Amino acid sequence: MLKSVRTLVTASLLLAGTAVSAAETVKLALIDPLTGPMAAAGQPAFEHLKLEAERINANGGLNGAKLEIVGLDNKVNPQESLVQLQKAINDGIQLVTQGNGSSVASALITSVEKHNRRNPGEEVLYLNYAAVDPAFTNDRCSYWHFRFDANADMKMNALTNYIASNKDIHKVYLINQDYSFGHAVSKSAQEMLKQKRPDIEIVGNDFHPLAKVKDFTPYVSKIQASGADAVISGNWGQDITLLVKAAAEFGLKAPFYTYYGASSGVVTQLGDKGVDRIYQINEYYGDFEDPEMAKRQVEMYEKTGWDFYYLRLSTMLDMLKAAADKAGSTDPKDLAKALEGLSIETPTGEVTMRAEDHQIQLPMFISVMQDGMKYGAEGTDYNFHKVAEIAREDVTLPTTCRMRRPN
Amino acid sequence: MLEIILFSLLNGILYGLLLFMLSSGLTLIFSMMGVLNFAHASFYMLGAYFAYTLGMHTGFWPALILAPILVGVVGSVVERFGLRRVHANGHVAELLFTFGLAYVIDELVQLTWGTVAVPYREPEYLREPLFTLFGTDYSIFRGVVILISILMFVALWYLLKKTRVGMMIRAALTHGAMVGHLGHNVPRLFMLVFGFGCALAGLAGVIGGPLLATEPGMAATLGPIVFVVVVVGGMGSLPGAFYASLLIGLLQTFFVAIDASIADILGIFGLQIDPYGEVARITLANLAPMTPFILLVLILIFRPRGLMGELEP
Repeated sequence: MLKSVRTLVTASLLLAGTAVSAAETVKLALIDPLTGPMAAAGQPAFEHLKLEAERINANGGLNGAKLEIVGLDNKVNPQESLVQLQKAINDGIQLVTQGNGSSVASALITSVEKHNRRNPGEEVLYLNYAAVDPAFTNDRCSYWHFRFDANADMKMNALTNYIASNKDIHKVYLINQDYSFGHAVSKSAQEMLKQKRPDIEIVGNDFHPLAKVKDFTPYVSKIQASGADAVISGNWGQDITLLVKAAAEFGLKAPFYTYYGASSGVVTQLGDKGVDRIYQINEYYGDFEDPEMAKRQVEMYEKTGWDFYYLRLSTMLDMLKAAADKAGSTDPKDLAKALEGLSIETPTGEVTMRAEDHQIQLPMFISVMQDGMKYGAEGTDYNFHKVAEIAREDVTLPTTCRMRRPN
Repeated sequence: MLEIILFSLLNGILYGLLLFMLSSGLTLIFSMMGVLNFAHASFYMLGAYFAYTLGMHTGFWPALILAPILVGVVGSVVERFGLRRVHANGHVAELLFTFGLAYVIDELVQLTWGTVAVPYREPEYLREPLFTLFGTDYSIFRGVVILISILMFVALWYLLKKTRVGMMIRAALTHGAMVGHLGHNVPRLFMLVFGFGCALAGLAGVIGGPLLATEPGMAATLGPIVFVVVVVGGMGSLPGAFYASLLIGLLQTFFVAIDASIADILGIFGLQIDPYGEVARITLANLAPMTPFILLVLILIFRPRGLMGELEP
């Protein structure tokens, strides 16, 4: 606390001293749930960003400017997010990032577009690190929006390839959150499975309200009764933790193929019952072999109490730095231009920000929860172990985006 | 089909009993003091957090007893030094007081235990299956929860109907002034009832925490449903709260289990509606979280005094 006060004071002194010259600090506002049922998704992202900002700053910052992370709590509420966005804009913040909830992202995209049209010279850049509704880089693509996570269709493409190769799976159950993202997951799962394995039967397709269900037992009974031998879910935050917890409690044998199965809380809640049962498709996995990454993972857990889950946040900041250095500026307009088509090397391989639709192209991994891992998650011995790697070329999907660029 | 019905029944009853444990305290306090305690669900949350913290030192079972007592003490203190003073200014002041209290407790919980869920769980051996039916395990803990709820129900009934204190409480419910004139300390009785009601909420928290999730939002999610229970059951009626709890518990679980849309249901009654229309396409499972509130509206329209509420004099 004292330390942060001191840095704040020094920062403001610095600012006051150099008010005439270009601002030396660039602020990035994180608009995400920092309290409430979904805080377990927003808090680790906030800590991750702060830690990575230190690393960026130690390496010269964004074109020499210091990066500072500002956390704004939106409680996964689109209206509240717009209030926070306005607050950020009023404070002169021109870089915002958000990830949890495509409902929020949808509101932000519209709002940022409108703001930038009306206030030339004060553009705001929206860096999306996890809202994966495919529409944002297809029909609804925006020049001011950049997505650093694979979209729901890309993830489902990889996941269904894996499921299709498993001949033991004949009946699949879909359970998702009742909003645009959940429906996107369900729709692409049905379409892709039909195409890849027409013999697979979809025995259930449930939608439940976002962040409202505390008791998933009725859903689990339903899954159990359907005789499903695999469950696909795009649930995140508390909705995935409580879902798999209820499933484990009722001894559901079917494996879960998830988007966010390694979210914080899952490992602690499931323990032994999650082993070999929780699969996740992500750009990263818990027992990553690279010793350098292992060091960062351990460091993050020790410093913040959260696991190193969001490699994409590190990638996002690295790309932001690369773009700032390339453009020789931290102006959102220059950054946006420099980000288009930018490629960087990451611990998992090369990634590119596709200029066409501002959708990152990256390799993905399917991992499964295992015991006795060298680096356990949440202070346990469990973590997610790689079972498949999907190359960048196999993850990529075409886009329908027709980007409107500012002149 | 049989397994769905059986497990939905079990789940619904369990959820209903949990709701009753919460709403019994609320309805008791309401019928006695005329105060609708908005902070009631916050005491439920306190119960879960107290049990989590105590449990780390004493283990699960002592915490099961100690946490509700502690919540009861907190409740009594709130009544003695807060509510009683506010009481002089009428019901609106009391309502506002409990409303504010709910926010204060919410903030305190976030300050003390953080903004994310805490890993509060039942002991390992309670997670073992009690029985396995159709490949589904039913954990010992769930059995224990049902047992505790039934024991609590019996104890509450015994206390109110068979003991001297219960007689006084029942007398004070309807003839508070007369009980006071007979030389009983009615304010102290109020304090005890308020504390007891909060302790019941605390007990619900101790078992609801591991069953659902122990997080700062747990009061906000269950709070409205508890009010629905009290209104549907009839303000101030304990048996009413019991039936309403079970009704809501069962409705919610069975709605999830039924794979039919509104159009399908209407179709049974011979009403053919375009099955692809916006409204008709909504499935009952989607409606499940809404059922308590739909019920609330229906009850308020067709039977405003609730299932077993007394008629207004």
